[in-house]
Amino acid sequence: MSPPTRLVNDLSWMIGGPQGSGVDSSANVFARACAAGGLHIYGKREFYSNIMGEHSYFALRAHSKLVRSHIDAVNLLATFEAETLFRHAREVTDDGAIVYDPALGKTRLSDIPTIEKRLSADLKTYLISRGVGETLDDMLAASKQRGVALVPIPFKDLLDQIADEFQIDQLSKISRVVNMLAVGASFGILGFDFEMMRFALEDVFRAKAKVVNMNASGAQKAYELARSLVPDFRYRLERIPRTESRLFLTGSQATALGKLLGGMRFQTYYPITPASDESEFLEENEILDIDGHGLHPEATDAAFAKQGGGSMLVVQTEDEIAAVTMATGAALTGARSATATSGPGFSLMMEGIGWASINEVPLVVTLYQRAGPSTGMPTRHEQGDLRFALHAGHGESPRILIASGDFEECIRDGLLCFNYAERYQMPVIHLVDKALANSYATTTVPDLSDLRIDRGALATPDNGYSKDNPYKRFDLSNGPVSPRAVLGQEGTIFWNTGDEHDEMGHITEDPALRNVMMEKRFAKLDLAAKEIPSDVKVAYFGPKDASAVIVSWGSTKGPLLDALEQLWSEGAKVGYLHVRLLNPFPVPEVMQYLAKAKRRIAVEMNFGAQLAGIVREKTGVEMTHYILKYNGRPMSNTELYDAIRPVLKGKSPQRTVLTRGS
Amino acid sequence: MAVEQLLKPADFATEVHNDWCPGCGDFGILRTIQMALAELKMEPHRVAIVSGIGCSAKTVHYVKTYGIHTLHGRALPYATGVKLANPQLKVLCLSGDGDGLGIGGGHFVNAGRRNLDMLYIIHDNGVYGLTKGQASPTLKLGVQTKSLAHPNINDAVNPIWLALAAGATWVGRGYSYDIKHLVGLIKQGIDHKGYAFLDVLQPCPTYNDINTKEWYGGEDRKESNTGRPLPRVYKLEDQGFDPVVHEPGQVEAKATQALEKALEWGDRIPIGVFYKNEHVPTFEARITERIPTYMENPPALQPIVGPNGEPRTDLTRILQRLTFKAS
Repeated sequence: MSPPTRLVNDLSWMIGGPQGSGVDSSANVFARACAAGGLHIYGKREFYSNIMGEHSYFALRAHSKLVRSHIDAVNLLATFEAETLFRHAREVTDDGAIVYDPALGKTRLSDIPTIEKRLSADLKTYLISRGVGETLDDMLAASKQRGVALVPIPFKDLLDQIADEFQIDQLSKISRVVNMLAVGASFGILGFDFEMMRFALEDVFRAKAKVVNMNASGAQKAYELARSLVPDFRYRLERIPRTESRLFLTGSQATALGKLLGGMRFQTYYPITPASDESEFLEENEILDIDGHGLHPEATDAAFAKQGGGSMLVVQTEDEIAAVTMATGAALTGARSATATSGPGFSLMMEGIGWASINEVPLVVTLYQRAGPSTGMPTRHEQGDLRFALHAGHGESPRILIASGDFEECIRDGLLCFNYAERYQMPVIHLVDKALANSYATTTVPDLSDLRIDRGALATPDNGYSKDNPYKRFDLSNGPVSPRAVLGQEGTIFWNTGDEHDEMGHITEDPALRNVMMEKRFAKLDLAAKEIPSDVKVAYFGPKDASAVIVSWGSTKGPLLDALEQLWSEGAKVGYLHVRLLNPFPVPEVMQYLAKAKRRIAVEMNFGAQLAGIVREKTGVEMTHYILKYNGRPMSNTELYDAIRPVLKGKSPQRTVLTRGS
Repeated sequence: MAVEQLLKPADFATEVHNDWCPGCGDFGILRTIQMALAELKMEPHRVAIVSGIGCSAKTVHYVKTYGIHTLHGRALPYATGVKLANPQLKVLCLSGDGDGLGIGGGHFVNAGRRNLDMLYIIHDNGVYGLTKGQASPTLKLGVQTKSLAHPNINDAVNPIWLALAAGATWVGRGYSYDIKHLVGLIKQGIDHKGYAFLDVLQPCPTYNDINTKEWYGGEDRKESNTGRPLPRVYKLEDQGFDPVVHEPGQVEAKATQALEKALEWGDRIPIGVFYKNEHVPTFEARITERIPTYMENPPALQPIVGPNGEPRTDLTRILQRLTFKAS
């Protein structure tokens, strides 16, 4: 029998361990080493709402081509503890491998308190079916039966060697090095250039030379040992030339970058998962360079300020009510202002969003969706807030809704949200989600040179305001958009109120004026629908005349495109309409692609097919099939492929619920 | 516009019809705000007054400066946002007692933690006026004003104590029928470097029939020989009370005497400045530690767009850290 063909640069790798033990940094080092070696990576982070001890893991794909999603299978599972093995060993492909600590072999499934009862029972059934016992060795034996290669790494022995080498008196001080041992062992059997790992360690631990050397020394020992144990692993990683510069970032960072580029100068937040990461990244980057002069942060003197030296202020507030109202107050001064939050925080912002809407304030709210309702699953993924964001607040108040589907859209929309908020003088809600926020990936540095800042109609001294012709904040004389003045501006004093108001901004209950003001506010939404370019509103992928069209929004874009690439290569005639502007709803653009489609397939990370409902409301077109998921784990490329194929063949129920993910 | 021409309180008045009840204590606060702004020679466009919801909140519509009438309980965070984004503005914040100490109580506490340079005035009348007279957080336990079905079942918060505990660095109390004194307090509060809190006793003639103008003025307890009323309200400064923390070591003693004075109620009600401490760094100063150009070049005043609409923010330095360059 000839040996199986080698698979070069197409790998699904996983590392797991208890939260707080350094799993994050090991995945970071693995990914950076791959990126340094010219590979594309996509990493998905899963963790419990917990600080220490609960299970967390990273699923990471490394590929020679762009990857936008994770797959269900794992080719190489690396860990230094028992729980990860019990949880994930079954996900390892038959031709895969497991890096583990042989000292833990006698650990019993029942010894691990953090495994849920349902999973524990399921694992017991599995182990019985394989005719083995309940220990980790049994679990490994079951894997070996399938052909999985076992890579025992004596972590404790290696730590002892490092302790001797670097004269460390207590092993506990270097316990986190085990993570890098697992990474080193992984690269060993994958045959990847160890220099890339050293490079990544230097990148991650920067100034701490001793930490770099200790981790590198340990990792190299694990690397050599693993390579000697499994010299002919089917999966290989090889360096390829970096022919282009690539960004390596998370969705939170991408969104923050877009906001900064868009000129945001004020952001508020109250700590909440998964939204806080963005604000923390912004806090680290408060001092900004302007106009490419490379103004150094240390040059922040008065002269620097006169040159227009930039900065942004991030304020941690006492709650989300303060977050939304403080950002609104700041927006009134002319500063581009935003707040970022997740579901429970957004719930507290309703009244403030209504106030911004009736007062036509350019406010941006970045909403990082997570699994709800209530606290829900705070660290898990969902696209459950579309309807909520659309209707949030009492009464009827216009707002613009944009949902980003990938990192480039996060950056672009970060800027566009401010443009639309100012041009149409209303709140803009930017929908992102946990899957985008916490994933990291390499991506080609996007060309953003087409992006422009549009501050909308502004009140200027040229308007000739005087005592007899006073500035009116809600001037009705020239279309629905009244020139906007900011607090502190001379000659344009105005008033705001949460009550219905007259042109000056004073309270009114006049029925005729009420009608005019309602109509003014909503006319701006019509204007936005007319003016926002089609290529911002929607994106269509696939054959033009497809008889089957998928309709989706947000971060399902990545796994959908990866799954569709496979389906298209097999000849499937299926299109994909990615809706980015969700309010005002792009009716003509959606109809253009949906009107003739015989099979219309909604793909959404929620229970109720929320976008499908809006499509039906706005266009009268009903979906024929629904592929939905609401277990808190993002859709994978592979499960989408498996779900779409039968729909195209007419062999699928109307509603398919996806359930994969651990 | 020449500032000198704007020295009259009437220049800070709008033509908006004032719909407060006749005899409302809010009139005194409105008038004193206009007087204080005129006396301080404020340019109207450099002032923003932010209010919450209630009778007190309508004040902004009657003052000719930027006037932001916001949400119930939220005047403080809106005002904070305005001030933080443009610290060159003078910001006044107005609430009622229900507005500021009930629904907005959380913000009251957190504003003290920041010590942002602005004045916060609470119109304190013990009732929710605009919703027809329910008990507010400053109405005493057992008091039954005329629209209450039963005597008040909740005890009152002490705004002076709460402000001190929260960290306000200037704490005063005024009386809306003592115009001259109140103008002085508002001016001091505006001039204070840091977060100033002013509690203004403001009789509600419609719903609070207990703490009336007559009651504060002592009309119910006239001197037997002269027939003159014995006012309940008295001025701290008339007693030689020194509220100022002259050096940091005095904080404990000065705060203690302020707390003691703030316990007085009933027969003798102190007004004036209870506490003043400018040794605490303002929030602006704390931000400037992090962002040295903050005061000259705050968020509101930064240019963000080039002549052709191009973004001026240069992300090169940040992107460098996130980029794997082509090899």
